[in-house]
Amino acid sequence: MPGAATNGHPKGISGGDGIPQAGQLRLAIVGSVDDGKSTLIGRLLFDSKQIFQDQLEHVEETSRRRGDGYVNLALLTDGLRAEREQGITIDVAYRYFATPRRRFVIADTPGHIQYTRNMVTGASTADVAVILIDARKGVVEQTRRHAYIASLVGVRHLVACVNKMDLVDYDEAAFDSVAADFRDLAAKLEIPDITLIPVSALNGDNIVDRSEKMPWYEGPPVLYHLEHVHVASDRNLHDVRFPVQYVIRPMSDEHHDYRGYAGQVASGVLHKGDEVVVLPAGLRTRVKTLDSFDGELPEAFPPQSVTVLLEDDVDVSRGDMLVGASDQPQTARRLEATVCWMTDQPLTARGRYIVRHTTREVRAIVEEISHRTDVHTLEPVPGANTLELNDIGAVTLRLSAPLVVDDYRRNRQTGSFILVDEATNATVGAGMITAAAD
Amino acid sequence: MSPTHELSHLRNLESEAIHIMREVAAQLERPVLLFSGGKDSIVLLRLAEKAFRPARFPFPLMHVDTGHNFPEVIEYRDRRIEELGERLIVASVQESIDKGRVVEEKGPRASRNRLQTITLLDALEEHGFDAAIGGARRDEEKARAKERVFSFRDDFGQWDPKAQRPELWSLYNGRIRKGEGVRVFPLSNWTELDVWQYIDEEQLEVPSIYFAHRREVFKRDGMLLAVSPYVELMDGEEPFEASVRYRTVGDMSCTGGVESGAASLHDVVAEIAATRITERGETRADDRVTEAAMEDRKKEGYF
Repeated sequence: MPGAATNGHPKGISGGDGIPQAGQLRLAIVGSVDDGKSTLIGRLLFDSKQIFQDQLEHVEETSRRRGDGYVNLALLTDGLRAEREQGITIDVAYRYFATPRRRFVIADTPGHIQYTRNMVTGASTADVAVILIDARKGVVEQTRRHAYIASLVGVRHLVACVNKMDLVDYDEAAFDSVAADFRDLAAKLEIPDITLIPVSALNGDNIVDRSEKMPWYEGPPVLYHLEHVHVASDRNLHDVRFPVQYVIRPMSDEHHDYRGYAGQVASGVLHKGDEVVVLPAGLRTRVKTLDSFDGELPEAFPPQSVTVLLEDDVDVSRGDMLVGASDQPQTARRLEATVCWMTDQPLTARGRYIVRHTTREVRAIVEEISHRTDVHTLEPVPGANTLELNDIGAVTLRLSAPLVVDDYRRNRQTGSFILVDEATNATVGAGMITAAAD
Repeated sequence: MSPTHELSHLRNLESEAIHIMREVAAQLERPVLLFSGGKDSIVLLRLAEKAFRPARFPFPLMHVDTGHNFPEVIEYRDRRIEELGERLIVASVQESIDKGRVVEEKGPRASRNRLQTITLLDALEEHGFDAAIGGARRDEEKARAKERVFSFRDDFGQWDPKAQRPELWSLYNGRIRKGEGVRVFPLSNWTELDVWQYIDEEQLEVPSIYFAHRREVFKRDGMLLAVSPYVELMDGEEPFEASVRYRTVGDMSCTGGVESGAASLHDVVAEIAATRITERGETRADDRVTEAAMEDRKKEGYF
């Protein structure tokens, strides 16, 4: 069982031969309308034998009916009637496939209108972003935007698939030129891990199997790379952050005094006996027990859902955070954040919203929009009065009550929030914290 | 112990689902968990135990009972509820028919599947439930692949796929106005194989019809349907006995069995890992009606 970890669970995974047992990798696959994104996903699913027979027959039949002239693998991922009719993708869709080495969750984000909003959503949970580039067109404005958004939401591994190599005669020089441009872009964006792979999604070159048409390419095909990219150390295992989600009080005779704080470990490793601070109140106590349905645990780490029992009878409720005594976050009433705006009604200075951060909700007023980022040039544009749908900008928020936060670059869980419209209850914005103050 | 602090993919999914369950309990006032006795809702019950024990569940359970269920499943349902000591509400399609809320379909292809939606919406309203937790998975079907974990429904119970709330990180927006509701899907990111592996790993009991057994069946549309009082045979349909098992649990009238010799959880996991046909394609007549069958039913308020 290579790579399988049972982590305190006494039961091993007892599946039969060939059943995946390793960890999970979350991917965001992004590209413009004609870059071949759906074809790449269809190809990954098809060549790794994750397409079921009835799904394939369905696609073959639809391709025939539409007169595509070939089995249009892109049809595998078009879910809704309007999408099939118009040949577009409306919203983020999630796909699953597995190999003996890893289980993959793909966030499939469309490449047309509302692009920024959808890509930010799909990439917010991604370990790796795969960006498609048309070999004939090279690094274009859309590519810059995709790479920028990936870096903004903290994706540390970028795979650029230079697609449609069949249309440039599998030419090494064509690939090298695109690769050089992309490396320049990535360097500016400070993305730590970049991989470039020449592919033809349509023909399956360098997707699952190594292409015989590009002997000059010495790297791995896409699937092999995704199976092996090292993401475990991306998690923050240093700063103990445990947002209290739900208080468990059985109030039965058997568990009369049980008061458990349930939640998911956001970061750090929590041990029985550790000193913790309850924020924002600032009370100190110790972990008495790390409880779970399967029994007590000696330690808890992200993303485990556990129940913490404390030594002292302190006042703790949903929205509080247990943190390590030596590595405390900031308790803030004012936040600076990069915000992606997701609705038609623009964000304005003086606008009021609800901020949902970890398990806590507070009200906020927009004090200032310090700049908007031009997603074409990636340059900041000062003097913006509003953020429109799909805009990204730097915003200062004043909060009605303190939030316990970290910088997003350091902690994706405690550095992120969403903005909710109080009147419609719609989710209207996504925020990544860059600075915090009292 | 794991010095690398990594979770297996099943424990990752488990932890995410527990987090979702607790969010529902914390954010919504009157949630309910839908329990059919099928494999996905069996997993939901175990996850609810993991999320809330040693306390009781902060919500009741509800079964939308078409009256055409497999008797083995109803027997299992009642026993499991008894073991857990939780409360079960049964919303009956027969009662909806008797009250004139819905009209029974006629003929050999009649099914109560579509009628369930009205019974469900009526029951949610009658009890004032504002959140319904269900076992639907995104891998089941193409329309489901686009659904959120917290799926907002207007006061007609309708799903608007083009106006869904963006869902980022693990932040779920459960804010609603009176009369509106959310459907919550903790198993969104699970596949059929994950569900079976989890059942195996947790050693959960499932209804006996999931294992191979001999049964009187007949062939229709390439599926093996059970001979039962709820289905009329058409000309040329001859009952015969076969060794079958079920991949999904729905009505006897529209759920097909698959020929199988899988007698244990281990066999079932191996069979699912090797299968080349989706569970809905193989066993659900209700999804075959049109290419957009699931999408249409979901917009009406179906799960």
